[in-house]
Amino acid sequence: MAEVVKPPGAPAVKTGPFRAWLYKRFPIEEFISDQLVGYYAPKNFNFWYYFGFLSMVVLALQLFTGIFLTMFYKPGEATSFDSVEFIMREVDWGWLIRYLHSTGASAFFVVVYLHMFRALMYGSYRAPRELLWLLGMLVYLALMAEAFMGYVLPWGNMSYWAAQVIVNIFGTIPGIGPGLVEWIRGDYGISDATLNRFFALHVVAVPLALLLLVLLHLVALRRTGSSNPDGIEIKEKLGPNGKPLDGIPFHPYYTIKDTVGLGVFLVIFSLIVFYAPTLGGYFLEPANFEPANPLSTPPEITPSWYFTPYYAILRAVPDQRLGALLMLLSIVAYLLLPWLDRSPVKSMRYKGPLSRTFFAIFIVSFLGLMYAGLNPPEGKFVLLGRICTVGYFSYFVGMWFYTRMERVKPVPERLTHHAHA
Amino acid sequence: MAVSGESAGVERAIDEADDSRRKFLLMASAGTAAVGAVLAATPFVSSWTPSERARALGAPVDFDVSKLEPGAMAIATWRKQPIYIVRRTPAMLASLGEHDSRLKDPRSAASEQPPYAANGTRSRVPEYLVLIGTCTHLGCLPKARFAPANPELGADWPGGFACPCHGSRFDLAGRVFDGSPASVNLRVPPYSFADARKLVIGVDEHRGAA
Repeated sequence: MAEVVKPPGAPAVKTGPFRAWLYKRFPIEEFISDQLVGYYAPKNFNFWYYFGFLSMVVLALQLFTGIFLTMFYKPGEATSFDSVEFIMREVDWGWLIRYLHSTGASAFFVVVYLHMFRALMYGSYRAPRELLWLLGMLVYLALMAEAFMGYVLPWGNMSYWAAQVIVNIFGTIPGIGPGLVEWIRGDYGISDATLNRFFALHVVAVPLALLLLVLLHLVALRRTGSSNPDGIEIKEKLGPNGKPLDGIPFHPYYTIKDTVGLGVFLVIFSLIVFYAPTLGGYFLEPANFEPANPLSTPPEITPSWYFTPYYAILRAVPDQRLGALLMLLSIVAYLLLPWLDRSPVKSMRYKGPLSRTFFAIFIVSFLGLMYAGLNPPEGKFVLLGRICTVGYFSYFVGMWFYTRMERVKPVPERLTHHAHA
Repeated sequence: MAVSGESAGVERAIDEADDSRRKFLLMASAGTAAVGAVLAATPFVSSWTPSERARALGAPVDFDVSKLEPGAMAIATWRKQPIYIVRRTPAMLASLGEHDSRLKDPRSAASEQPPYAANGTRSRVPEYLVLIGTCTHLGCLPKARFAPANPELGADWPGGFACPCHGSRFDLAGRVFDGSPASVNLRVPPYSFADARKLVIGVDEHRGAA
């Protein structure tokens, strides 16, 4: 008694009674035919196109492991540290759940940074994808807030002092600063009140915002389509079926490709979780294995590795207000990219020597800042931080000029793609 | 035709009147909704301010200064902030006048302190220095480095405080040295002496029990 259901545009599928029942009540076939099989992506995606998908996988992992951690974690000045120890020592497999979550936090930034790097390299932020880029940046900002508050929750000494340093950055805002800091803390110092509101934001508010922003990011992606390493629009060359000549269906081609990437990612991820969950102090810092102590600063306050580039910019300036402002600008600069880049071509493949040089300066500066931020603010590290701060900003400020001054290479009509022999 | 033209004109006039009425009603409802939204948000925003309990725990604290040896420092806690209390020796006090040119704010003009501490020693009684022990840069605790000519801080180090986090340096009155990321001096809390021995932190003649 099987019914044949053929939604418009979908390949004819012989469906069983359950699929038929479902289809009358839920547009599942349209979703598959419009969004997966019918969604054509450029055929020349390379290595750099794994990381959007992997970001979503890590987000799912963080939500899943986070829910389980919430079952055992007790927010509070008196209970937080002990409950984390309890998870580590007494909850069956608690150590695994926590290490998946803590390693997941760093992995999230690894894949998001690589995803953003791809966008910088191939000009994915350029028109018509400005909004896609801005929504992605909002995801990144929400992720930073989420990571910072999550870092405070174990209430180790580093948690406490990181909260102190970060919250006090808001105190440098002229006029409202001190009042704002007291409002954020809910007390005259970082305290139980602060810890509990960070918990609420970390497990409920920011994850909801993240999910919503990721959804909006995907909706915007669906409208413009993915960019590609050549930085040309595949929608401009359509085949007789109305689909881009240089496009291939997202499913099964890219779902299969992403699955391979996922396999490689999970191998590396598992090796860290099982053999080096602290990664030598970079993923979990030693100072955080002692409880929060308001009367004792750890010898060095260094944030997690993923914040150190911005932290190094903050420290490079001898004036705190200016330092905070520059740190803010270093992040705002990304938001301006779609309008700073005035090059006639999008991809680094066809940009000229100036763009390539400044992009190299940016990469070196970002890594240099990361290194400087991981080290104490002394002599050569301060100097390194300052030089790299100049390098970092020269990429953005100079872009307005150098993208118009250089000679670009001719862009091909169709995607360059060499099928594997 | 003339009649229908006339009635069309009337209709247009009614439409225009309706339009302006609609615009007014729309603005008025939107305005009311905005006021309502602000009012509704108020309790949620205020819930983040320090609670009654936090305020009660922020009451003044006493400290017996007679326990301090000359040249020694004690740390009291007021409003979860470490309060540094230093009993300065005459030699320490004498060192304060010698490095004004190396300070960012030698007269504490841009710094935060009660009026009675806006002087060369930044204190009510020169012998006792009372400071909020959180760095004015980003809130770490500067460490006491009272001995002059420290090997790490240089041969010309006059004695003072050095922050381990970002390298800010302060003298024995909590004044910040040039080249520090902090731009103002360490803060002085409101305080008073109930008698010669009893220091009360958090209360003075200007603000009562703060």
